[in-house]
Amino acid sequence: MSNLKQVTDATFAQDVLASDKPVLVDFWAEWCAPCRAVGPVLEQIASENGDKIEIVKLNVDENPETAAKYHITSIPAMKVYRGGEVVKSVIGAKPKQALEHELAAFLA
Amino acid sequence: MRQMIIIGSGPAGYTAAIYAARAELEPLLIASSVEAGGELMNTTEVENFPGFPEGIMGPDLMDKMRLQAERFGTEVVYDDVTEVDLTGNVKRVTLGSGTVHEALSVVVTTGSAYRKLGIADEDRLSGYGVSWCATCDGAFFRKRIVAVVGGGDSAMEEATFLTRFADKVYVLHRRDTLRASKIMQQRAFDNPKIEFLWNSEVAAIHGEELVTGITVRDTVTGAEREVELTGLFIAVGNDPRVHLFHGQLDLTEEGTLAVEGRSSRTNLPGVFAAGDVIDPTYRQAVTAAASGTVAALDAEHFLASLPGEVLRPAIGHVEPGSAPVSGSTVDTDGELVGQN
Repeated sequence: MSNLKQVTDATFAQDVLASDKPVLVDFWAEWCAPCRAVGPVLEQIASENGDKIEIVKLNVDENPETAAKYHITSIPAMKVYRGGEVVKSVIGAKPKQALEHELAAFLA
Repeated sequence: MRQMIIIGSGPAGYTAAIYAARAELEPLLIASSVEAGGELMNTTEVENFPGFPEGIMGPDLMDKMRLQAERFGTEVVYDDVTEVDLTGNVKRVTLGSGTVHEALSVVVTTGSAYRKLGIADEDRLSGYGVSWCATCDGAFFRKRIVAVVGGGDSAMEEATFLTRFADKVYVLHRRDTLRASKIMQQRAFDNPKIEFLWNSEVAAIHGEELVTGITVRDTVTGAEREVELTGLFIAVGNDPRVHLFHGQLDLTEEGTLAVEGRSSRTNLPGVFAAGDVIDPTYRQAVTAAASGTVAALDAEHFLASLPGEVLRPAIGHVEPGSAPVSGSTVDTDGELVGQN
């Protein structure tokens, strides 16, 4: 099980939208193999950049409201929220270096 | 330095590893960070791999292959190869982490990548209705209308899988006959939710934030019509993954790595290739596995032909800490236990 914080439909506004720090939400599901593959990569990025960005997970099966609101039709989907707005979307599992490149603006 | 590095972790890579490890070549297998296990990780039931009469889930099959390779001493690293230098006697393979591994032989089993349609808005709407993975994304299309593009086994499997969720699944195929195996075709024909659009191709994808429809063009008459749907699953084939090897390994006209006859020998001594990356035709888990065997045996033969002073420094020189200890997934009772 991942050691990243799980957010839900109920906690999304508080944990993600109202956060002072940028928050990357990993939209995932148990049955999605690429989601399982990218999980450990996100944990690494989180542990190396904890001061700059928070990385949390949202299970799309258990939290369909938030998944639908943000038009999730493909997972893993990683969205960065800042000030309550989506400022970056990455779709699909990618190697660590590629993800770091995509997220460079938030890891600097 | 090692005797052998295997690049790739599909059926070809793991089978090469099983043979090489049993030949005491102490292979290091670079599995990739997020695509470990290869294409079968994104499939559901595999029904045509001998030995599994009830079928086996693709990810389970790949897990078993990995455990079998590790049982005999293969070291598996979950990283991506970013650069190779295969031209000299000592081959160098650089990973995303920056680590450089050296070996006297390399087996390339990098497989293939999904082919795109190559039309406007395909990339923009990718992840917003355009998908390459029905098992990942199908559940988002409950009670919706979707289409699968393609006429092979993958397209039939995706279409059949998607009927679990979608109300209707169109299958668009450029011709009026399918490449898919008869059993997969029949299963799709018998499914009341699937409708075939023959001689059809996607001319355009529509949608601002999410896919709302496509324009379908008749490949015979050129006539176009609009089809409303919210999901477009693309299964039009794969292209061999050869970008790491440009300028070093020769390619065939089909774009696959060129090998000599029925062997796995590339144009460079000590470099062997197997699986989908050399196969423009069959591309099955079983043929890839068989091809991996050929590569391991060819590499073993090559290593045996090297002078003792060249080979000796590579034997027993695994680099501690760079990978899990050989056989670490077999516990003291001989039970296989997962590495993760």
